[in-house]
Amino acid sequence: MKHLQEKAQSKPLGESLIVQTAVRMMIPFIQLFGLYVIVHGHYSPGGGFQGGVVLGASFILMALAYDLQKTFGYISERTNAILGSTGALIYTGTAALCAVLGGYFLDYSALAKIIPMNPIDWRSMGIFLVEVGVGLAVMNIMVSLFWDISSGGKMDEGL
Amino acid sequence: MTIVCAILILGGLFFYAVGVVGILRLPDFYTRLHAAGKCDTLASFLVLTGLALYNLSDFTLANVLVSLKILAIAAFISVASPTATHAITEGALISGVQPWTKETRAK
Repeated sequence: MKHLQEKAQSKPLGESLIVQTAVRMMIPFIQLFGLYVIVHGHYSPGGGFQGGVVLGASFILMALAYDLQKTFGYISERTNAILGSTGALIYTGTAALCAVLGGYFLDYSALAKIIPMNPIDWRSMGIFLVEVGVGLAVMNIMVSLFWDISSGGKMDEGL
Repeated sequence: MTIVCAILILGGLFFYAVGVVGILRLPDFYTRLHAAGKCDTLASFLVLTGLALYNLSDFTLANVLVSLKILAIAAFISVASPTATHAITEGALISGVQPWTKETRAK
């Protein structure tokens, strides 16, 4: 038992081949599920917020199993901030566009003046647009919060 | 078909019950985690397989898709749960949780 404990303590903290392999296997499916939850949000339980959290959690899992530098290879700080702001812009932009075109705020049927389509179809499509925006914003803000908190703002190795 | 599903689900419930007994009765952290990790994985797998089969009793494309999703959950749990158990055990080992031995049993 003593021997096992010393062996475990001599390794660099948090590096484990089993965990890293399992995480590498799971992350594509987690991200696929996150996209599924976002785009299926108006038919079934889920939506932009939940799907964004699942997508963000996949990056957090990667940061926990490897380190922060590995996640920067997939989504840099700059891309992260830009995508997060774009998500918020898509959401408020769609909502404000409806108000500008003569409907209420978030009344998607007003968008039929841009692309002529049945107003009921536009309600379904509008929810989809808004959910993509919410998903992007939630995912990137969650990842950004985790980066900041886990490395104390230094963005080095993380936990 | 229904009988097979019932056997699978009841088997899963049996393993859940064994896991609960293990968590309550076993003496220290590692043995409790041993009971929780193994029993939960197998029991979830059995229950979900049973549900997927039961869902197929009305054989349509929509039901096949739902069953495939349930099986995907089962496959995901059977990868994630042992990994999580391994990570928790290693964390406990590193932070120095002492296992239950003959010497420590006296107190």
